Amino acid sequence: MSKKSGEVILSFDNISLSFGGVKALTSIGFDVREHEIRAIIGPNGAGKSSMLNVINGVYHPQQGEIVFRGQKRRGMNTYESAKSGIARTFQNIALFKGMSVLDNIMTGRNLKMRSNFLLDAIYWGPAQREEIAHRKAVEEIIDFLEIQHIRKTPVGRLPYGLQKRVELGRALAAEPSILLLDEPMAGMNVEEKQDMCRFILDVNDQLGTTIVLIEHDMGVVMDISDRVVVLDYGKKIADGTPDEVRSNQNVIDAYLGVAH
Amino acid sequence: MQFFIEVLIAGLLSGVMYSLVALGYVLIYKASGVFNFAQGAMVFFAALTAVGLHDLGLSLWVAVPLTMVAMIVLGLVTEKFVLRPLVAQPEITLFMATIGLTFFVEGLAQAIWGASVRGLELGIADVPLEWLMEVSGMAISQFDLIAAGIAAALVAGLALFFSRTKVGRALRAVADDHQAALSVGIPLQHIWGVVWAVAGFVALVSGLLWGARNGVQFALTFVALKALPVLILGGFTSVPGAIVGGLIIGASEKLAEVFLPPLLQQLFDTQMNLGGIEGWFPYVLALLFLLVRPEGLFGEKIIRRI
Amino acid sequence: MFYRESGQFKSTYAEDSQIFPIRQDRWVVGGIVAFAFLGIPLLAQFGWVSNYAFTAILTPFLIFALAALGLNILTGYAGQLSLGTAAFMAVGAFASYNFMLRIEGMPILVAFVLGGLCAAAVGIVFGLPSLRIRGFYLAAATLATQFFIVWCLTKVGWFTNYSSSGVITAQKIEMFGYAFDSSMSKYLFVLGIVSVMALLAKNMVRTNIGRSWMAIRDMDMAAEVIGFRPMRTKLMAFAVSSFYCGVAGALFAYAYLGTVEPEGFNLDLSFRILFMVIIGGLGSILGSFLGSAFIVLLPIVLNVAMQSLEGAGLPLPSGIGSSIELMAFGALIIFFLIVEPHGLARLWQIGKEKLRLWPFPH
Ligand SMILES: Nc1ncnc2c1ncn2[C@@H]1O[C@H](COP(=O)(O)OP(=O)(O)OP(=O)(O)O)[C@@H](O)[C@H]1O
Ligand SMILES: [Mg+2]
Repeated sequence: MSKKSGEVILSFDNISLSFGGVKALTSIGFDVREHEIRAIIGPNGAGKSSMLNVINGVYHPQQGEIVFRGQKRRGMNTYESAKSGIARTFQNIALFKGMSVLDNIMTGRNLKMRSNFLLDAIYWGPAQREEIAHRKAVEEIIDFLEIQHIRKTPVGRLPYGLQKRVELGRALAAEPSILLLDEPMAGMNVEEKQDMCRFILDVNDQLGTTIVLIEHDMGVVMDISDRVVVLDYGKKIADGTPDEVRSNQNVIDAYLGVAH
Repeated sequence: MQFFIEVLIAGLLSGVMYSLVALGYVLIYKASGVFNFAQGAMVFFAALTAVGLHDLGLSLWVAVPLTMVAMIVLGLVTEKFVLRPLVAQPEITLFMATIGLTFFVEGLAQAIWGASVRGLELGIADVPLEWLMEVSGMAISQFDLIAAGIAAALVAGLALFFSRTKVGRALRAVADDHQAALSVGIPLQHIWGVVWAVAGFVALVSGLLWGARNGVQFALTFVALKALPVLILGGFTSVPGAIVGGLIIGASEKLAEVFLPPLLQQLFDTQMNLGGIEGWFPYVLALLFLLVRPEGLFGEKIIRRI
Repeated sequence: MFYRESGQFKSTYAEDSQIFPIRQDRWVVGGIVAFAFLGIPLLAQFGWVSNYAFTAILTPFLIFALAALGLNILTGYAGQLSLGTAAFMAVGAFASYNFMLRIEGMPILVAFVLGGLCAAAVGIVFGLPSLRIRGFYLAAATLATQFFIVWCLTKVGWFTNYSSSGVITAQKIEMFGYAFDSSMSKYLFVLGIVSVMALLAKNMVRTNIGRSWMAIRDMDMAAEVIGFRPMRTKLMAFAVSSFYCGVAGALFAYAYLGTVEPEGFNLDLSFRILFMVIIGGLGSILGSFLGSAFIVLLPIVLNVAMQSLEGAGLPLPSGIGSSIELMAFGALIIFFLIVEPHGLARLWQIGKEKLRLWPFPH
């Protein structure tokens, strides 16, 4: 890939997280560079999702340090990380089931809205102008994701593949600088996967968005990512370019299930 | 000090009876994941039916078993026509459905038996125990003591039923994991039937005890409502929680009723009549408690996953 | 055939973001509002709408619809179940009463707004537990509001201006020198307030604040991750909802009953309003109105039915009416939750969709 990865914007050092007795992450350290597509892979239960949850502050590691845009911190918090441009999708779709596609994506823009509830209630002048401006931005995302035909449909009624797409739309609506994607292609057929790959690459290319991606489909990962970190049982076992990782003995063992 | 102990004991005794009502909720919640708001209405229905039959001239020995039959029928009908169609709906929908059930059952009870207050005589006088009076000078109601004894025996019996019998074990398996229980061949419908029957029985006993104490009337449903703060304190899934919660609520509301008004009067320097604190105290106590420990005393902490 | 959106192309998002994007809907709603403001008073002039209709049906319908709207914001939109609606109404009523009583020359509308704000403040305090608990835990906790508030209003004499019976008599409704004392003028007064507040509510639920409520309701974790703050969002829902209930309570006292006591705002009233929301449709403004109409009319219809039964020579035991009413309410709630959890509003929607295809159903 001929792309320009920039500075390191996010790095982890010695991150450990456990739930009761279960160690989800043990002394993990790696970094993410601006504009790159960074994949996290590993067998089931390896701690990939937990890692994303640490990044955007859903989980708080018991140990370790995070450096985000040059600032050291113990952990992130959800609101702050959203505010500072981190958006994400979830492994088990976390859309707002009772709302339409349009409204779901509109929620992604909430941090950009200035209007307060009183102005909203009157819906006159600035409040209306703002709402419509955001609506325009959202419509662009809808066009980009090719989901115009379902914009007024409640998301609960959509098939799985489309829901995943809407969830990506909601994340994109925030115009994030870092996008965290947790298995965006799980459960999709080949065609849907191709679409999704195209969207991810386009976002990365055209908007320069940094992407942290969890994915089980090795073909996809090796194709689109710049660097890959491999987790197994909560530990990092490899980190590097797709080619380096592919030929790493630890990785091969982990995937072939060699006893530890 | 002596007065304090007297109030405390009276509170604990009625607390045991709250525990009994609360247990009805816990049973159904454990077995079917439904928070049955109508448990209070069932208490009312049971008491009114038993008294109604008794007033028709039947002896209690006939009226009570007949009522038990009615309760079982009520339970089965509820299971079939309310809960089964709502299976797999969100908990909160089920909860609202049981609020509907509450109104239905209350209406049904009054449509059959009328809305007037009926007295119930179980043959235990509500007088202070004489010997205790002589020994210590404390007035503890004989009725309260016996009623609490019956309630305690029932609570203990149910605890045993849960832990020792085959049905009880199956029940716990169901409570832990419906799918797993199904897959090892526990007939769910059958279990739910048993649970509703037992809950009906608990409602009947609580109804008789509370009814004999306060008269069988609509206000019984408010007594039963107090099982809710009990559950908040004890946790909705815990039998020991219901017991301890009941005792705490019973004792604290009586203490608050007696000792809070003078305190408040002093504090705000008024002569206002501040009676009736026991009407809200359990709820506010439960609410404050929730802020500190949302999962209740014995409930399990829920970890949210995403 | 006639209810079609074909040929109505929206060229701007402003047009598409209207409350009723379909022209026929605008006509129908406009027609209903015009009828409510002009048609009904006109019919009353001809004696076709009786005093009874105003005082026993139309005015309470509107007031309950406003309360249901308030509860719907909290429960239907924000997903927080409350059993303490009547308590917030009580706060609104008694606060307005005291503002009118104690401040010389207080305009009535200002008193209502202040009453609503007091209810909102109480709502925020009692909404605090919602930050830690959910579902029926919260519902059980809201009972604290119900019982505590009513007790306070009963016991603390200041609130009722030391009326020995605890009953207050609401002051006359007067604005700009005009006294709203006929049943029709009270109806119009209520209608004006309810229409404006319904419009404001509709605007809220279709903009950012409304989306934040629904997001918290549907998936609170995800809402938090995209930047909604749960505490603010939930407390805001409690505040706005209680404000609506508070104003409804004030109208309940001033335009409907005239004299009220704290006990009038009991648990039964809270349930009644919850039923309106469930039957009308959770998460629907229109549903609040439909539900209110249903619950106001049901006892009247039952009553008539029972009278005609009696007329047909079927003697019913006295006092059975209210029991049957309870049973009917309960059965309907269960029925709706099973058959159409989105209530009358959803049925209305389905009807419209059918109409759209009619007469060619494909
Ligand atoms: N909230 C939680 N509470 C308790 N344990 C958790 C929680 N979240 C994750 N875990 C545990 O941490 C470990 C890692 O889980 P995680 O979801 O991060 O794995 P994963 O790599 O995303 O797996 P998968 O490929 O199945 O999605 C697992 O053992 C899991 O059970
Ligand atoms: Mg995962």
